[in-house]
Amino acid sequence: MGITVHNVSKKFADFTALGDVSLDIPSGSLTALLGPSGSGKSTLLRVIAGLEEPDSGEVIISGEKKTGLPPQKRGVGFVFQHYAAFKHMTVYDNVAFGLKIRKRPKTEIDKRVSELLELVQLSGFSHRYPTQLSGGQRQRMALARALAIQPEVLLLDEPFGALDATVRKELRAWLRRLHQEMDVTTVLVTHDQEEAMEVATEIVVMNQGDIEQIGPPQEVYENPATEFVMGFVGPVTRLGEAYVRPHDLRIRLEPDGETTGARVEDLLHLGFEVRVHLRLASGEDLWAQVTREAASELGLRRGTSVHVVTEHSKVFG
Amino acid sequence: MKTRLTLRTLALGYLGFLIILPVASIFWFTFSDGLGTFWSSVTEPDAVSAFYLTLIAAGVAVAANTVFGVLCAIVLVRHRFPGKRILGALTDLPLAVSPVIIGLALILVYGSGGWFGGWLAERGILIIFSIPGIILATIFASLPFVVREVAPVLREVGIEQEQASSTLGASPWQTFWLITLPSIRHGLTYGVVLTTARALGEFGAVAVVSGRIIGRTETLTLHVEDRFLAFDLTGAYAASVVLALLALGTLFAMNFFNREEKA
Repeated sequence: MGITVHNVSKKFADFTALGDVSLDIPSGSLTALLGPSGSGKSTLLRVIAGLEEPDSGEVIISGEKKTGLPPQKRGVGFVFQHYAAFKHMTVYDNVAFGLKIRKRPKTEIDKRVSELLELVQLSGFSHRYPTQLSGGQRQRMALARALAIQPEVLLLDEPFGALDATVRKELRAWLRRLHQEMDVTTVLVTHDQEEAMEVATEIVVMNQGDIEQIGPPQEVYENPATEFVMGFVGPVTRLGEAYVRPHDLRIRLEPDGETTGARVEDLLHLGFEVRVHLRLASGEDLWAQVTREAASELGLRRGTSVHVVTEHSKVFG
Repeated sequence: MKTRLTLRTLALGYLGFLIILPVASIFWFTFSDGLGTFWSSVTEPDAVSAFYLTLIAAGVAVAANTVFGVLCAIVLVRHRFPGKRILGALTDLPLAVSPVIIGLALILVYGSGGWFGGWLAERGILIIFSIPGIILATIFASLPFVVREVAPVLREVGIEQEQASSTLGASPWQTFWLITLPSIRHGLTYGVVLTTARALGEFGAVAVVSGRIIGRTETLTLHVEDRFLAFDLTGAYAASVVLALLALGTLFAMNFFNREEKA
């Protein structure tokens, strides 16, 4: 069940969008495909939807082989970054589109559309046109439209990418709730690690057409498999050979044998946290993230001699 | 304030002298002898035959160029293939060359001494100096408009709506009717108006290929010139008015159609 991607590769002219990707997405999960632009995450999503044909490999949805089938025969709901609203149709007709194509009776369509509009909080908007809606409302409409056909899987391509920060935050929380209610296997493409962490139950980190790591958000954050993942899913600094999260770096005033001597170069006060820029005796720069209290307890200021140590660090071969 | 008034006067004056005055004077001269004269001029057999021939030629040309114009625009905008630029330039060719040349080119291909002409003539099919030739010339001359109007709209609309439609279960044919066609409607309407206007008014290319057999291969524009050269000014003006009314009718019909759909 769920989605299985088997040895999929895809090239655009000279550019390798997907190397040789295999992936299992468990049924009912909310999976985020996370990566920088050009990492192949959107291509992978489009291959699953059938909007892109892979050069090789297979796509299996709910145990059925879908490779080679056009999008309309795959039973997927797809939400685009720029909404892809049908501009000449009302909100009602947009949401009803898939049901009308399936020739459902009028009463059933009416009922289903009003349920969905309630779900996406657009009940009073059924006679409006997409141009009369805000970006967030349009995307909620697009989501209702995708859900109307009761898809086996819901695919979202940077769904909140075109929205401003406040709306984006609101919709993320809302999507999480929605997913819990609907229980449909959902795959979300994003380049925003915070979004992936906040929304997904499972994160697939991609880079240059390949998968770097698959795991729950906490696992990917605390136990990154590669240098790339470590750097992409959160802040990172170097202590010698080791990679450290700046908040895992401890600052002491006295050495204790495991510590490394350093000097405070600069302090940045960012509300509840203080960013401490340090330079080691070897000349290497690094930075630590400490609480306001810790910084004042230690009496940190520019030029203070300190000693740093960490319990959580990673060394990548 | 003053500049705005000057600009308005200039624009209106320009339109007035160059468009409204000549068109109005045709109507004036036509009806100055009364409706009876006008009616007998336009119901004369040669005029009626020219009227029907124009309707047929324009009707076929508009239908063909609408269907193939949309098809060409889709291929030009959505597909990637070698020679795409050349195809794009070719669709503009009828705008670039003089209609007389179009006529001559058709004679070269379909005339009795032409590449296909001889072969077709052996089978009893006559293109040049007959109705098929007139239709071909009209199609040729009015070909670019739908393509030129629809292609930029298609480019602007993008493919996401079509892709969304297909993920929702629509077949390519359903997507075309329910999504693509409504999104290009305005451009298409305007393209059809321009095509109709050009098809109704085509003179040069038709003059070359028709052979101008009065009462048989004469379109309205040819009939106007024929009457004019025969010093039958009333007949010439009357036929002109019919042409103008046909064009105005198309324009209003399309405007009406567009407004209906918007509501």
